[in-house]
Amino acid sequence: MESIRKKAKELLEKNAVQVIIGYGEGLDKSVSAIFVRKPENAETLIFDDRCVHNLAVYLLKNEIKALGKPCIIAHLAALRTILQLASEHQITEDDVLVLGVTHKGELMEFAGFKDIEKYIASANIDISENEKEIINKLEAMTREERWQFWVEHLSLKCIKCYACRAACPMCYCSRCQVEYNQPQWITVEATPVGIIEWHITRAMHIAGRCVSCGECYRACPMNIPINLLNYLTVLTIKEKFNVSAGTSADLDSVMSSFKSDDKENFIKQS
Amino acid sequence: MPDFQPKIVAFVCTWCTYAGADLAGTSRIKYEPNVKIIRFPCTGRIDFMFLLKSFAYGADGVIVSGCHPNDCHYTSGNFHARRRWIVFRELVDLLGMDINRLCFSWVSAAEGAQWAEIVNSFTEQVRTLGPYKEYRELAEKDKK
Amino acid sequence: MNIEKKILKYSSLEELVLKLNRDGKQVFAPVKKDNIVDFAPVSGLYEMAEDYIVTVQSAKFVVFPNVETLFEIETSKDKITLKDKDFNSIPEIILLGTRPCDAAGFNILNAMFGGDYQDTIYSARLDKTTLVSISCNKSDAKCFCTSVNGNPGATAGSDILLTRIDNNDFLAEIVTEKGKAIVSKYPELFETVPEINKDKYMADVPVEFNLNGISEKIYSRFDSDIWLEQSLRCIGCGTCAFICPTCGCFDIQDAYDGYSGQRKRSWDSCGFSLFTLHASGHNPRNVQSQRWRQRIMHKFVYLPEQQNLLGCVGCGRCSRSCSANMNLKELLIHLKNVIENE
Repeated sequence: MESIRKKAKELLEKNAVQVIIGYGEGLDKSVSAIFVRKPENAETLIFDDRCVHNLAVYLLKNEIKALGKPCIIAHLAALRTILQLASEHQITEDDVLVLGVTHKGELMEFAGFKDIEKYIASANIDISENEKEIINKLEAMTREERWQFWVEHLSLKCIKCYACRAACPMCYCSRCQVEYNQPQWITVEATPVGIIEWHITRAMHIAGRCVSCGECYRACPMNIPINLLNYLTVLTIKEKFNVSAGTSADLDSVMSSFKSDDKENFIKQS
Repeated sequence: MPDFQPKIVAFVCTWCTYAGADLAGTSRIKYEPNVKIIRFPCTGRIDFMFLLKSFAYGADGVIVSGCHPNDCHYTSGNFHARRRWIVFRELVDLLGMDINRLCFSWVSAAEGAQWAEIVNSFTEQVRTLGPYKEYRELAEKDKK
Repeated sequence: MNIEKKILKYSSLEELVLKLNRDGKQVFAPVKKDNIVDFAPVSGLYEMAEDYIVTVQSAKFVVFPNVETLFEIETSKDKITLKDKDFNSIPEIILLGTRPCDAAGFNILNAMFGGDYQDTIYSARLDKTTLVSISCNKSDAKCFCTSVNGNPGATAGSDILLTRIDNNDFLAEIVTEKGKAIVSKYPELFETVPEINKDKYMADVPVEFNLNGISEKIYSRFDSDIWLEQSLRCIGCGTCAFICPTCGCFDIQDAYDGYSGQRKRSWDSCGFSLFTLHASGHNPRNVQSQRWRQRIMHKFVYLPEQQNLLGCVGCGRCSRSCSANMNLKELLIHLKNVIENE
């Protein structure tokens, strides 16, 4: 934690960056994102077990970009997010100074995106065992049981607040599909099948881009494990196309590219 | 249910499968009339939302069919479609939708008989599965 | 005003829930499921959560549901048939376990939907709703009802206010005619009460700030930097507006499939980026700081000016569920400090 504060103060004093996007603590001890601009306020930065939010979601916000060049305190998922955003031409190396943090709180200074790629290549980016187990349990259910599970947890619970969308750093479209009504593909109202259609749409639009940060689940006020839908696409894409999002600043977009020998076992042909 | 006539929607590409279906017609090959064919320029254009909406509006089964890999009229549309279907199918399977009601195929312009065969066997499959009541009932609730 | 008091024993409340169900009412109470406590229909008191400050969502769904069909349309070749809302299909609902802050929230919605324009669907739902609230014997760091003209034992907005006393029994304050109607219908369940001072059972919610006379000062800071400062971490979702007991913004959409369909009203949030998008393409609130400013102004300046009502009941839900940790109590204290020290 001290090394983060020291480095942050130094960067601000030198005016190498104009804002540090990091974690801070509120009056009631809960953690949130903070945006430090004065060197003397670098003392308010913290880093501990509670600092799990993916701060990369703030990199593309207009009012934050207007503050100047940011330095971001980035854990593994945030680092992957940054590389994925770079692959999608949303940020460049010059746009942001990245200070990585290991889960032990050690500071990592990166010279550029290539450095970040090296770190990620050495890290474990798999979906947690816990979550894989839940997906396995779901897959072991009968189809009807699975449908019941999702009807109960999605159709009857989701209030369409779009917290999942807002918290996801990959959902940066200035006008989301749900915000079009010519035609109205996704119903505005929180109706049972409309809700399922929304979540399928989001999962498909995030497919190949999800870095499994879990923000969607954390953000959901109704505690719905929607991250499982995205994680399923992560597992499928790794298995079938051998690609993981956010591992390089130069990745081809998974769902807009292809290999002529992509394998499947369900397409009927003579 | 011998009396049940499944409603099947087929999203097909103009250059291969639609032409193939046409060939089946001109060759007078009989196949089940349950399918409504919707013509697209290419499978690459087919959005997964079309499939979901078909089920919501009353389809019991959906066929998506296009040119064989390497034969796409637009070179690579079907390759993009294939990736999309691979992910979409796994996703909706996890959700508990009935992927036995989804049929994906490559049917070329010369394969009239194969088209008929695919439609016939899929229609039988969906007939055995019965109407997709569970999805439709949920969709009805959307209208309340 | 003299509020009648009775004793409702725990076993009598159990009876009451059973009898209300039997007599055709839907009883909604806070139920714990999948780690959150939210209102759900209960057939027995045993289903109700014991340990909750407030539910995740507010109770406004009974009068202002997330999805409300306004009317239905059927068309044929030469006829258009409009089917109005069937008011008889609106159920009688008893809300059990609302908190005094929840009950106070209804006041603001009532003013919005029953002001110079009477929303008939809202009124019909309100008529069929009875609030049997339970006062708060504990609070948490996000509560601030006492700073916004509320308190953990306030009766305003409730039809009956229950306070848990010794032996798990309840002191019942019969506040309104609707409350009296329940007592008259089930007199055997309500007993006479010796003098009981309910204050000793109340949670201690320290007053953190006083907003009296602050509306004008907040408005004079319209162009201040403070809105940007406070909203930098807001991600612009609809959670706070959707779960807030006093937020009533809505969107209206038509859902037609060619020949028939419905016009529906659904919850909307001023926090969404396209909330104020005009048909011309112009968006007067196209950055988050403007939208945050609007939220505060609406609740603490415009509503007090127009309706003489404070638009916040201090329930703290927004702060608990906000994934960006926008703590409203903290932000209001900060706002007040900045205003008073400038």
